[in-house]
Amino acid sequence: MEILKFILLCLLVICAVSVSVTKNLLSSVIIFMSYSGIMALVWMLLLSPDLAITEAAVGAGISSILFFVTLKKLGLLSGGSNDGKNKR
Amino acid sequence: MARIRDNYERSAAYRAEKVIKGEAEPLDFLPEEDRTTEDKLTIEKTVKESESELSLSPETLTETVEFKLYSRIYKALSVVVCIIFITSLVITAIHLPSLGSDLNPANNEVPERYVEKGVEETGAINTVAGMILDYRAFDTFGESCVLFAAVICVLILLKESDLSAAEHSDRQNEPKNDGILKAAASILFPVIIIFGFYVILNGHLSAGGGFSGGAILGSGMILYLLAFGFEKAHKLFNYKTFAVTVCSAQIFYCIAKGFSFFTGANEIETHIPLGNPGDILSSGLILPLNICVGLVVAYTIYTFYVMFRRGGF
Repeated sequence: MEILKFILLCLLVICAVSVSVTKNLLSSVIIFMSYSGIMALVWMLLLSPDLAITEAAVGAGISSILFFVTLKKLGLLSGGSNDGKNKR
Repeated sequence: MARIRDNYERSAAYRAEKVIKGEAEPLDFLPEEDRTTEDKLTIEKTVKESESELSLSPETLTETVEFKLYSRIYKALSVVVCIIFITSLVITAIHLPSLGSDLNPANNEVPERYVEKGVEETGAINTVAGMILDYRAFDTFGESCVLFAAVICVLILLKESDLSAAEHSDRQNEPKNDGILKAAASILFPVIIIFGFYVILNGHLSAGGGFSGGAILGSGMILYLLAFGFEKAHKLFNYKTFAVTVCSAQIFYCIAKGFSFFTGANEIETHIPLGNPGDILSSGLILPLNICVGLVVAYTIYTFYVMFRRGGF
């Protein structure tokens, strides 16, 4: 169980860093979703299932839906094609 | 009436309004003969300056010395701020007491009371639900008020009076009559809604409760809207049902918990049956309050989505 915790916490740090480093906004939102999923697992390991359910529903579900809608409204939801164009 | 209008146009308030709206420059209101040549010169100068600023393209702007210096300082400062923040957080985390130890400062008479008398006093098997909806119900009321304020702010900022233009841009961007989405949604939507209601109604017996169940319900409503379009979704969820549901849920929460706190503080019998712990209809006010919070959260999330996407119901 300790090893699993260690792996999950390492993944959390990796996800958190790569959200800010990734240039493509669509992939950074998806990485943020996976961050919330891992966080829900960590809450589960810390014996707080209430928080785990809320984290999975709000962090991985709702907030990313709102991010996607906003990206679509701004015209940035076009896969990998906007890597260099929108850096201005 | 015309005289009043004239008086108003001569007043300082009218001029200030014009300047704020950007329709006039402050110097335009000076009488022509009062304007010295200096004033005229400054007007011409500012116009020229703003024009030269506008003519700079982004490429030439990024090449100026100030911009390069600024971006270098900005990068260095952001790294320094990040490092300071991370170090202070890590130092704090190292000095935190270990998880679940007897000597933790949080391990005092309050959680003892919750664990020992929680089921007896609140009637909820799930101690967390007993805590957040009974002992600390006003905290949860504050949280749902925060959500309510947030949704009102979004409504004020994003609600469009003319929906036809928004409808046009929405048609271009969003899927319409997507077969795969419709087939998947017709299977998934009832399951998601039933699971959401299960999480809300079982909040006092197992993990879950108003917030998580409401989020699940809200995402189910968003899926329904995505698959079947605005016309069908409006029959079930529209602005009127939103306003009535959210406001009545908030008012019911406020009145019910205000009553129970008032009677509890004055040691009056509340006559709210706690029931048999473990039954679905038990634990007094926790079940209706869970339903209230769940409805507020679900409608808030749905309204956020609709407002972000189209600017109106």
